[in-house]
Order: sequence, then C-alpha cells, then structure tokens
Amino acid sequence: MRVGIPQGLLYYWYYPLWKSFFEELGCEVVTSGNTNKKILDMGVKSCVDEACVPVKIYHGHVQSLIEKVDYIFVPRIMSICKNEYICPKFCGLPEMIKYSVPGIENIIDTTVNLRSSEKGGIKAAIETGLIFTGNKGKIYDAYENALNKQHIFMKRLEQGCSFEDAVKGKTRVQDIDRDYIAVLGHPYNIYDSFINMDIIKKINSEGYGVVTTDMLDEDRINKFAGTIPKRHFWTLGRKILGAGLSFIEYMDVAGVIYLSSFGCGIDSLVEDYISRYIKRDGRLPYIKLVLDEHTGEAGMVTRLEAFLDMIKWRKKDESNISAHGRHICSCERLS
Amino acid sequence: MKATFPHMGGTYVAAKGFLEDLGVDVVIPPLCNKKTLEIGTKYSPETACLPLKINIGNYAQSIEEGADTIIITGSCGPCRFGYYGIIEKEILKDMGYDVDIIVLDPPAEDINGFLGKVKKITNGKSAVKVLNSLYRAYIAAKELDRMDKMMFAIRPREIKRGDVKMIYNEYISKTSEAYGTREIIDLIRQTQGKLKEVHINEKIKPLKIGIVGEIYTVIEPFVNLYIEEKLGNMGVQVDRSMTVSKWIETHIFSKMAGINKEWRINAAAKPYLKMLIGGHARQCIGNTVLYAKDGYDGVIQLLPFSCMPEIVASSILPAVSKNEKIPYMTLVVDELTGESGYLTRLEAFVDMLKRRKEVLNL
Repeated sequence: MRVGIPQGLLYYWYYPLWKSFFEELGCEVVTSGNTNKKILDMGVKSCVDEACVPVKIYHGHVQSLIEKVDYIFVPRIMSICKNEYICPKFCGLPEMIKYSVPGIENIIDTTVNLRSSEKGGIKAAIETGLIFTGNKGKIYDAYENALNKQHIFMKRLEQGCSFEDAVKGKTRVQDIDRDYIAVLGHPYNIYDSFINMDIIKKINSEGYGVVTTDMLDEDRINKFAGTIPKRHFWTLGRKILGAGLSFIEYMDVAGVIYLSSFGCGIDSLVEDYISRYIKRDGRLPYIKLVLDEHTGEAGMVTRLEAFLDMIKWRKKDESNISAHGRHICSCERLS
Repeated sequence: MKATFPHMGGTYVAAKGFLEDLGVDVVIPPLCNKKTLEIGTKYSPETACLPLKINIGNYAQSIEEGADTIIITGSCGPCRFGYYGIIEKEILKDMGYDVDIIVLDPPAEDINGFLGKVKKITNGKSAVKVLNSLYRAYIAAKELDRMDKMMFAIRPREIKRGDVKMIYNEYISKTSEAYGTREIIDLIRQTQGKLKEVHINEKIKPLKIGIVGEIYTVIEPFVNLYIEEKLGNMGVQVDRSMTVSKWIETHIFSKMAGINKEWRINAAAKPYLKMLIGGHARQCIGNTVLYAKDGYDGVIQLLPFSCMPEIVASSILPAVSKNEKIPYMTLVVDELTGESGYLTRLEAFVDMLKRRKEVLNL
C-alpha cells in the first residue's frame, strides 16, 4: 500500500510521527515533495479564493499525489491540546479537499481530537491503522514508536535544527555568540522555504541566528500566554502569542519578524496583539511580513535587508535607533 | 455606569429593553453608518473580519456620547469571535479610550466569573427579576423576527412601493422613546399591526431566496448593504436563516436544558459536513439543504472577507448546490464592497432564477 502525505500545513510538525506510523504498518510513504510553482498554481486553481495561501498550497500538494498513491492522508486535525483547537479551516479540511480537488478518492480523513482527552491520539491511530491491518496490538506498537520518534524530532527542533535537518536526524549545537532574530508564525509558514522565499537562510546569511516558537520552552510560552485575560483556544495562537510577549520581557533577540499569511484569521488578531505590546514597549525592532501567492521576492528581500540593516546600525553605532518612531535617544533623561 | 453594546441589526431594541428593565443607563450607538466603518477600519487590524471593525466604530461613537462600559458576548472558539473582547480592549486603549469591557463568555466556561459579571451589570437585582426581563427580551427578539418575516413577505407584494420602508422608518425613530421591554414589545406589535394593513397584491407569486452564512453579516443590514430590502424591491421574498431569537434559543435556553434545537439543521448538513467547525458553517450547509427541500428558488451565502468557518462552507456549497439542485451565490463583503457591483450581481442572480423558474414550469 502506498500512502501519500501532502507536504503542507501540519506536515511540518507531525511528519516524523505519520511516516513512522505508516511505515511500521507496512505502508510505503510517499510525500508530495517540496512546494514549487506548479503545486502552488494547482492549489490556487482548485481552492476557494478566500482561503489563506497555506491551505491553497495544501490543495496543490494533494492534487499532485493523486494517481501516485493508493491513499492520501488528509487528517481532520480538530485539536492537539486539551481544550484548544487549531483553526476552523483545519476542522473542515477533508471536506474542503473532497469538494474542491477534482478526481480525488480514497482519502484517509481520520479525526484527530484531543480536546476532551489525550486518548484522542490513540483513537485516531486505531481508526487509521484498521484500514491496513486487523491487528490492534500492532497499531498500538506502531503508534508508541511513532510518538517516540516525534518527541525526538521536536527536541531537535527545540535545539535549533532546521526542519530538514531535524527530519534527517542531524543534531546541531547552538551558536551562542550570534545575535538572534525571532521568526514568529505558523510552522507551515516558517518551514516551507518556497512560500517564505527561504527567509531563514537569508537571515542566516546576514549573520544572524533564528529563533522560532518551537525552540522556546513550553513553560516560558505558557507563562506569557497566560497574561491575557482569557483562556486560549488556539494552540498555535497561544504559542505565537506567548513567544512574542516573552521577547519583550527577556529582550533575548535582536528583532522580531512576524511571518503571516494573508487572510489568516489567527494571525490577524494575534499579530495585532503582539505588535501593540511591542510598540508600546518601544525597545524591540519588529516587522510583519505578509505572504500570499502574489508575494514577490524582491519586495521581501528589500524589507528584510532594511530591517536587518537597522538592527545592525543600532548595535554598531550604539545610537539605539528607535524601533518604532519614538525619539531617537531611548534614554528618557536626555530626550 | 453608562453601558453600550455593538449593533447587530434590529436586535439593539431587545438588549436596550433588557438593560433598561434592570435600571442600567444605556447609550445606543448611532445605527451603523459610513462613519462607523471609517473609524473601525482606521483603528482595527487590517485583515481582521468586518464585524470587529464595525464593533470598534460602534464603541467609538458610543463613547463620544458618554458610554463608559461595553457589554459584549464571547465564545470559546474555534472562530476568531472568541478573541474579540481582548483585541477590542487593546484597540480602544491605543485609541485613548479608557472603558470597561464586560465579556459574557458562555457560563459553562467559568460559572462564577459569569455570575460576577452579570451581577455587575444588573446592579444586584434579584435573579427572578433578571430572568424575567431576560425572558421578555427574548419575546421582544421573537416579535422582532416576526416583524422581519412580515416585511419579507409584504415587500415583493406591495402595491405602492415603499410602504413597508415608511412604516419601518417610523418604527426606528420611535424606538428611542420606548423604555423597557414592555414598551418595546408594545411598539413592535403596533408596527406589526400597521404592516398588516399595507395594501398588497395577493396574486403575486414571488421568487423565494434563502439567506445563509455568517450570522453578523446576515443580520446587520448595513454590512450586507440592505440585501433584504434590495431583493424585496426586486420582487423576491427572502428568508433569513439566522435570527437572534434562534440564537438565544440554541445558546441560552437549550444549552441550559440540554436539548439540541438545531438537530434538524445538523442532520441536513451531515452528508456534507459532519462536525461543528466553529462559526456557523454547519448551519450554513444545513440550511441550504433545507431551503432546497422547502422548494426555495435559490440561496445566497453572505460572509465577511477572511471569515474562517464560512470559507470552508463556501468550498462545500458547490457540491450541495449540485446534489440538491439549488442555485447559490456567494457574496463576500468587506469595507471595500461597492454598492453598484453588488447590486449588479444580485440582479443577475435574480434574473437567472426567474428564467430558471419559467423553464422549469414549462
């Protein structure tokens, strides 16, 4: 049996888990490969106009897998944390795919729902596994092993590995001397180097390291996410918000870049919240880059370079160039 | 405390009556207008959905008139609406307004917090009194929906165009004088009486179009560019799938009693969308199926730009339309929606439905 995993959305978090699980059940795992222009175009064509670009790309990935595999794995990921959701589009993803991608059949649309209990994970695994084997013990084992692999993968991301390295199993030691730039956003925007025009490599080549939400301690994130007067109900939103606010307190990065996709509902509010706090604080350089299918590379590069130049000059000239149009000298006494 | 709340169509009278019964000073924001949208668009996040922008405009205009407390309802996901309270507070803070925002989240989340907030609003009035006025507010909402339904039915059949509009405008201007739920219910009933006397041509068999989609865009006429009135004047009888009294029934009364009032809609949606995915996507699909079964000629889906649940619904609707054999049209609204483009599309849709009906009747 060949199972296709579209290389989009939460592939960028759960690929090791899914791959290991399916392989142990005796399936051959086929991915749709890195995003490219053709996949993007296919996605844009089949998906509804108003959807955000990651969802459109996902449509393209699914389409490129048709005829290559027996099953396409399009899970309905409702929730991956207790009492939280991902995003309404994730909840309706199998339906979106089913009714928009022409000629699609045989999708595995298991519901993954950990909202009420942790057991949702194993439940989804059994539901999926029973398609391939009648042996429940085997499914339990496969799931257990897959979870372990997933933990190792997440640890590697936490240590600062790039997504590709983490999947391949390389480990990397953090470079402590470097200045770091925080890149906030959804994992599928940060790790998909086609849609973000390889922003991480570009930042690295300018001599900066990159910090993503996955590299931060869960406690640190939760501490700051807990400062808002409401229980969070978006897992990704909570992580981004907590991480963003924590940088203001710790000042352990040289600047913050928010990678958002146009039309993303979560970004529209979370980004706004973070940017308001960063602006009020006034010490941390901050830029928001919006991605969509029309984004031109030149515009991105110009903004990124300007942003990084500003950060460099701030440090080099010790003049504390204002991060947000406040007075040039950040020292209250002199202004 | 001078309380205010955002607009949502004609519902403000029910909320106003309820708060007045409890002795709260109420500031009603001016009915949504261009200025409201302008203020909202200027200060809200760029890609936030339209209801948030209108809300901000409403608040700003109310605060200018002296309001110091904002009361809104909340939810706990997965749609953006749940974060409205928090973001709106930050926006108002940056605008320089220091106001209190009371967010009424579903009581199941945090019952003590909920009761505390209710107490704050109700000035410590007895529970019986609160429930009593809540019930009367619900009756007012129900009467309001009935009045809307009458207007939908009369508009396409009017002999003298504009009769309904005149009666409605008169009603709107009188709402500010009515105090408390009792007077408001009276006023609505009087208006219903007047509507009954409008001369109509009973022989007309108008086209029937159902309106589905995101609840705020469906209910607030300013946001949907008065679609009901426009269609009515084109000789179409509309039906609105989302109403505030239904919302109260499903979210307040039935949740308390543990019954699901929407089983019929959910069952209709089931072949297409099994789960609740937030917002009103499932109701949108379910109602479209039901409209098809009830013999409606077409369905219009309304959503604010970038609305997450409705995007899912709009990608399923083509399949529903094909299987259930009902034409549909999706209209996305935001602050840039131009009226003439909108009208052209409505007219084209209605023309198409008319022709389709003629062909089917041959």
